[in-house]
Amino acid sequence: MVKRIVVDDIIFQDMDNQIIQLEHLTKRFPVGNGFFTALTDINLSFGKGEFAGLVGPSGSGKTTLLNIIGSLDVPSEGKATVLGRSIAELSQKQAANMRNHHIGFIFQTYNLLPVYTVYENVEFALLLQNISAEERRKAVMQALEWVGLTDKEKSKPSMLSGGECQRVAIARSMVKRPKIVLADEPTANLDSKNSHHILQTMQKLNEELGVTFIFSTHDEKVMQYLKRQISLADGKVVADEQVELVSSQ
Amino acid sequence: MIQFLIKGILRDKSRSLLPVIVVSLGVFLTVFMSGWMKGVFGDMIDMNANYTMGHVKVMSRAYADNEAQIPNDLALLDVSELISRLEADYPDMEWVRRIQFGGLLDVPDANGETRAQGPAAGRAVDLLTPGSKEAERLNIPKSIVKGRLPEQQGEVLISNEFAERFAVNIGDDISVMGSTMYGSMVVPTFKVCGTINFGMAMLDRGAIIMDITDAEQAFDMIDAAGEVLGYCKSNIYDDELALAVRNSFNLKYNDESDEFAPLMVRLRDEPSLKQYLNMADNMSAMMVMIFVIAMSIVLWNTGLLGGLRRYTEYGVRLALGEEKGHIFRTIIYEAIIIGSIGSVVGSALGIATSYYLQENGIDFSSMMENVTMMMPMVYRAKVSPELFYIGFIPGLLAMTLGNALAGYAIYKRKTAQLFKELEV
Repeated sequence: MVKRIVVDDIIFQDMDNQIIQLEHLTKRFPVGNGFFTALTDINLSFGKGEFAGLVGPSGSGKTTLLNIIGSLDVPSEGKATVLGRSIAELSQKQAANMRNHHIGFIFQTYNLLPVYTVYENVEFALLLQNISAEERRKAVMQALEWVGLTDKEKSKPSMLSGGECQRVAIARSMVKRPKIVLADEPTANLDSKNSHHILQTMQKLNEELGVTFIFSTHDEKVMQYLKRQISLADGKVVADEQVELVSSQ
Repeated sequence: MIQFLIKGILRDKSRSLLPVIVVSLGVFLTVFMSGWMKGVFGDMIDMNANYTMGHVKVMSRAYADNEAQIPNDLALLDVSELISRLEADYPDMEWVRRIQFGGLLDVPDANGETRAQGPAAGRAVDLLTPGSKEAERLNIPKSIVKGRLPEQQGEVLISNEFAERFAVNIGDDISVMGSTMYGSMVVPTFKVCGTINFGMAMLDRGAIIMDITDAEQAFDMIDAAGEVLGYCKSNIYDDELALAVRNSFNLKYNDESDEFAPLMVRLRDEPSLKQYLNMADNMSAMMVMIFVIAMSIVLWNTGLLGGLRRYTEYGVRLALGEEKGHIFRTIIYEAIIIGSIGSVVGSALGIATSYYLQENGIDFSSMMENVTMMMPMVYRAKVSPELFYIGFIPGLLAMTLGNALAGYAIYKRKTAQLFKELEV
């Protein structure tokens, strides 16, 4: 069964399970007179509500793959289909629209806008959509409640701890109720306690809202929470395993 | 979104403060320099118009050919009739007659013997007719150092410098050794009723000011005048009106075979004033152009630095689903907001400074003691209506241009490449 979601002028097909399909995906970057191959013949698919991780050392192609899934980049060869649409065929406006409505990003360095308050940082994603101020307020407060930061809505990022900043980033990525959240090394700058805290938050959102989370990580703490681990090495998938959760702490 | 941008501008000092300062400074300089140049050129033009040229001037053809020598023997005759015709034909202008003369100023002692002598540069204008604007036009009331304006025939004002050098007091008699318009020598005697200092070396050196009727009688120039000057009724030089009046008059009265036929010239026909007027007309445009170019370069650089500092922000915004074209547009909106703030601040400062210098001026007299050109010693700015908007042209244009150049780098990059460069 296929549901059809209309956003502006583009139609995303919401497959029941397979929301991301990567077929023979290769990505090359021009380097000098030649090319550097970052990803080689990747074949993967992700279903709705997955909590998966791309695991591997630096330079293995994790971020490049996340960027393609996030419609920030296009494959050199092969096909990447996200929410029923081929990434390579999306116009710039359609790609931006997809990111705006359906894909959330969480970064290693939080990347909150320093001059804006917590509330405004979270609200920003909604400003790009035609949503009334009242609806925005409701959505932002809901997102802050998910991450337990309603009392910090007027604080600036400089007044928050690293863990709190990353929770704001999670709220920002979740406020638009995306189908997919791409988290690039989200715990790299956090201590153990905060890492577990934000991972538990994301796990809860995954379970309660059915959002697909795809991590890029080489952090053992993150791996503990992943239900699926895809190991990358030199741009190739070397393992793709479903994981029995040992502990949630 | 605009509200979001304004919050960012107000909170992020490095995004707003430096550009606002640069724009304010540039706009201030543009506005102030425009006001200053307009004031200075306007003063020089007004001074020449008021003292010698009028907005248009009628002379005999022969007088015009030898104008520098003030040849009163070639003066216009039947001036009353000429002025009546001018008033009838050109009611938008006010017509006055003037006589200039040279000679020797002689100061007698108690016995009537010469005590001191000096060169005289005389000017006869209508001082005694009730309602005459000539005294005001020549700024005589404000230039009187001692004594008062002539109130009856036979009274004159002399240069304060001359009076002090030769110890001439109010009420003393002085004689002018000169010639009639028919070439006979005359030595009329007048009573000094006041001393005067115009603040212009050229006018103050040996100046003697008398009523036109005194000059007519003294130099045998009854109903004659070296020059008939016309002034626009608004007292502001209107080149189009002056040109139309000149062309019409010359078409009617031009007679190349008669050297005493009247000839009209306008202010802009005087070669040096033509340059001044052209410069005054173009000065604001020049100032705007100079500051647009200079400020664009500075603001381009500022925009680039600001853009570099905000690379991460742009990356996050791309990731959140903002199109790069939209990011570019918000950069331009920010430039317009900052440019507007800077333009308002700069214009206010520029107008305030111009107003102060319009009221007070800067006295350059100590540097211009030996200047022989007719130019004011105190220079003033002039606050004109265009000062209220002229600063917005460089303010908005330079800021927008500078940011557009800086933002162009973002706009032209491919999203993936940009995201990679943005170090998110």
